[in-house]
Amino acid sequence: MKVLHDTWLIFHRNVKLMLRSPLWVVLGVSQPVVFLLLFAPLLKPALATMGAHSQAQAYRIYVPGMLVALALAGGLYAGFDLLRELASGIVERARVTPVSRIALLLGRALRDVVVLVVQAAIIIVLSLLFGLTVSIPALLIGYGILALITLTSASFSYGVALKIKNPAVLGQLINNVAQPLMLLSGTLLPIALAPLWLRDTANGNPFNWAVTGMRALFTGHPGDPSIWKAFAMLGGLAVLTVVWSGRKFAKSVR
Amino acid sequence: MGIIEVKGLAKSYETRSRRKTTKVDAVAGVDLDVAEGEIFGFLGPNGAGKTTTLRMLATLIPPDAGEATIAGANLRSQQAGVRAAIGYIAQGGATTDDATAREELVLQARMHGIGKAEAQRRAIAALAAFELTEYADRACKTYSGGQRRRVDIAMGIIHRPKVVFLDEPTTGLDPQSRAHMWDEVRRLRSEGMTVFLTTHYLEEADVLCDRVAIIDGGVIVAEGTPDTLKREISGDIVTVGVGEEFAEKAGEVLTGQDYLTEVEVRDGGMLRLAVEDGGTAVPRVMRALDDAGIITSTVEVHRPTLDDVFLTKTGRSLRES
Repeated sequence: MKVLHDTWLIFHRNVKLMLRSPLWVVLGVSQPVVFLLLFAPLLKPALATMGAHSQAQAYRIYVPGMLVALALAGGLYAGFDLLRELASGIVERARVTPVSRIALLLGRALRDVVVLVVQAAIIIVLSLLFGLTVSIPALLIGYGILALITLTSASFSYGVALKIKNPAVLGQLINNVAQPLMLLSGTLLPIALAPLWLRDTANGNPFNWAVTGMRALFTGHPGDPSIWKAFAMLGGLAVLTVVWSGRKFAKSVR
Repeated sequence: MGIIEVKGLAKSYETRSRRKTTKVDAVAGVDLDVAEGEIFGFLGPNGAGKTTTLRMLATLIPPDAGEATIAGANLRSQQAGVRAAIGYIAQGGATTDDATAREELVLQARMHGIGKAEAQRRAIAALAAFELTEYADRACKTYSGGQRRRVDIAMGIIHRPKVVFLDEPTTGLDPQSRAHMWDEVRRLRSEGMTVFLTTHYLEEADVLCDRVAIIDGGVIVAEGTPDTLKREISGDIVTVGVGEEFAEKAGEVLTGQDYLTEVEVRDGGMLRLAVEDGGTAVPRVMRALDDAGIITSTVEVHRPTLDDVFLTKTGRSLRES
């Protein structure tokens, strides 16, 4: 109960503060939008091997991958915000109170999930104009996958930020984590084009399953086994990351 | 029995440079006994271990060794009890740029488990008490340094703690805000709180604190009321200015004069003399210097300050370190 109460408290505050400077929610989505407008039209020929014979079909393959990339990257960069908060003493101030430590993490990570939901909505609405179609239930399940990804990536980023105080080092580290994960998930380029060893490696990457699952949802195959596999792997990963990062909040030494 | 009792508290850090790992004792065995209702000052230069001690007592970092009880709660085994009993106001403050003072106060109260309605009531009372009502709904980034500091303190005591830890409460404040802050600290005490503050300002320790512990290099070198500490140094201090070129010679002339207990040549052509009695010593010092052909530009007699206490205990001046 206390965890829920405190999580709500921290979440509510962070959402309120975010709404005061909504610009960065929009800025965060600007790159994917540019990709959507300028890059996607090139995709039809590129994705032809994956069964994209029309523009709409190309979008059904491209947009889910981009949403996963957005959730992954958006969460991974959340740590920078925490660095700022650490410097201003807000985290320390909370840690002298009996407030739940895991709530300090979850309140923030759930705020990041809300940001992602808004950003994803912007992209999906834009994509509808380009002929993307997706059923509401499939979309909701897809949101579930995206939420788990953001929860994981944001929690990871917060945990690392508590450990690594230097923003420049944090940036490098996040880049080094994000790039291979994205490539190995086939978020932008389909992993099906990759050689076998790379595909085998990607099979161990939960985010690859997330992309495959999302594509299944967007192409109208809600029964595809990749979807429950994605949920199972991401769920496990999210729990592990939240526990790890929550501990960092409990004993961060700064 | 004190409200804060500390025995052998210690903390060391490892600093890594290339291949070598050096162990630095930030706090090397500190004993403290702070009585309820006191304003207790922790005086020392930067890096002396003041903040580290405070952060350990505030449950923010675990001590390597030692024991402490605060308001009856054990620092190691009853952290929740400690947190409920203390307020901690960090040196750099802890307000959010975009949040308003009212929001910050309500959040702080609620993080202490106080219900929403009561939290809002307390925020209103705190805003009034700290003369912040006028700015209550403006973002903290629009506040002056003094106003922001007052929000920090209001947050630190919103749950009515028994003990308040203030880390360098007046650093960076202008003289007027500093005087204001001293009044606030005294008000906390008059409301029944025990105040434990750190400072590197001699005057602050002297004027504001009931009792002072002087810390240097992670060790407490002296402890007592400011008056007792100063009385431990017998006699007066005479400061003589002779100019850079004569300083050394003046030092030689005065060394060995039997009415001087200590002669020290300082930067800027100044000499610091410890004497039994300032009134009789000054004419003799002047005569001795005059005989040696040294012209004195300034002479000043003063009672020992906490800086003199610090100097006697550590061999350095607090102003220099």
